[in-house]
Amino acid sequence: MKLIEAIVKPFKLDEVKDALLEIGIQGMTVTEVKGFGRQKGHKETYRGQEYTIEFVPKVKIEVAVNDGQVRRVLETITRAAKTGSIGDGKIFVRDLTAAVRIRTGETGESAL
Amino acid sequence: MVKASAQRKTIVVGVVGVLSLLAESWGNQVWAQNAPLKVDTGDTAWVLVSSAFVLAMLMPGLALFYGGLVRTKNVLGTIMQSVMILSVVSLLWILFGYSLAFGPDHGGLIGGLEWVGLSGVGSEPHPVYGPTIPHQAFMLFQLMFAAIAPALITGAFAERKRFTSVVLFAALWSILVYVPLAHWIWGGGWLAQLGALDFAGGAVIHISSGAAALICAIVLGKRRGYGTDYMAPHNLPMTLLGTGFLWFGWFGFNGGSALGANGVAVSAILATHAAAAMGSIAWCGAEWAHRGKPTVLGVASGAVAGLATVTPAAGYIGPMSAIAIGLVAGMTCYAAIVWKGRFGYDDSLDVVGIHGVGGVIGILATGLFASKAVNAGGADGLFFGNPSLFGIQLLVVVVTTTFTIIGTFPILKLVDSLTGLRVSSEEEATGLDLSQHNERAYS
Repeated sequence: MKLIEAIVKPFKLDEVKDALLEIGIQGMTVTEVKGFGRQKGHKETYRGQEYTIEFVPKVKIEVAVNDGQVRRVLETITRAAKTGSIGDGKIFVRDLTAAVRIRTGETGESAL
Repeated sequence: MVKASAQRKTIVVGVVGVLSLLAESWGNQVWAQNAPLKVDTGDTAWVLVSSAFVLAMLMPGLALFYGGLVRTKNVLGTIMQSVMILSVVSLLWILFGYSLAFGPDHGGLIGGLEWVGLSGVGSEPHPVYGPTIPHQAFMLFQLMFAAIAPALITGAFAERKRFTSVVLFAALWSILVYVPLAHWIWGGGWLAQLGALDFAGGAVIHISSGAAALICAIVLGKRRGYGTDYMAPHNLPMTLLGTGFLWFGWFGFNGGSALGANGVAVSAILATHAAAAMGSIAWCGAEWAHRGKPTVLGVASGAVAGLATVTPAAGYIGPMSAIAIGLVAGMTCYAAIVWKGRFGYDDSLDVVGIHGVGGVIGILATGLFASKAVNAGGADGLFFGNPSLFGIQLLVVVVTTTFTIIGTFPILKLVDSLTGLRVSSEEEATGLDLSQHNERAYS
């Protein structure tokens, strides 16, 4: 099992969600986050005084999947979240050692 | 128009002209009227409405203009300063401020105490202060002016001054600095006797508040985190609303200074509006060229810069002169706030850059653009063949700035010894709203 973390532009959230539902992903967790990468924030100017806003609002989507789905999910998120301009975000994949469905007590891939 | 070399010569001629005008100007012009004075209902109605216009400039105009520019935690404290200054100065003015500023002249320096508690200031017109309106209407109008000057200064020490020290400072400053200046220029004092022109307060209000703001910003020091923390305005629509009230109220501020519903009032309002419009475009354009984007705050600031700058000239100039003044005001005041960063003082809401710089430009521009064709009760400026006026106006700038700086510093030191000037570091981090007033604007 893998946990996929995708940091994307907030306005792309709905498109990513719809695309993931279409390929059969049944759940996800979404968090509003702030951060920066190469995009390096933005500038605001008030009466000639410039402020650099380093932390840009983003959305983090977490999806737990079985190993066979990883490639497809990565392709789907990349396609749906891409604008082609700087600041589109990143996807991280990490190993998932256990999963439990609380209601039924199922474990492993059947809990996903 | 006039060449640069001629302008330099003019200043010399002007200073000489000061002496020659000393004898003639004031005496001839004003106290001469002997016929019984009759109240004109139209004039009175206009001055009363104008007083309400000027009230709206301060409350809610300036209160919202400044309130939107500070951070969320300081908006109530900032608004509170304007409102409380309005109330305190209003009472001082009725009790004795008006008498000291406009009462019978003593040596050109200060008014007498004859009108304390407004005794003798009634429904009869005063021959100089509006021969067609009740004397009390003039007093009410002047009361609003007196209230707005110390409120303007609060922008310089925004987000860090103890509330008690704000009120005490405003009261002392109003009596010790504003009252003498008002007397010298408007109350028959020595600058008026020289022929100085300040239609609605370029020197008395804007240079004085700008110069005082500079001293306040230097003496109080910077806000904690100035230059590193994010201190952007918390609510620009609120600032825009305030700008709207200021622009609206300025029609009464300048138009009412004609003290009648007449042609001078109309041309003053036209000049006011033209300068505000040009000022907003000029500031916005300068910022657009300099920083790459036209900003809402730029348009608002440029309008206020145009309004402040045209104030001393409004009743003496034509519309084309007003546009020229607005253009210079918008670009120069923008340059002033950009350069502020290099001087290292934290004039938080740019009172120096907008009111101080605007006031100086306006007083000098009056010496250039004033025309008797617009207002026979005024004078011709340098561009209309009378270079001596420019010299007098230059003197007004120097005197107002110097007197305000000399007067403001000891007041700050006195208030510091009585109440302390700044809030504590912890209170400053918490914000004025909670630390000074136990309230929060947005809960």
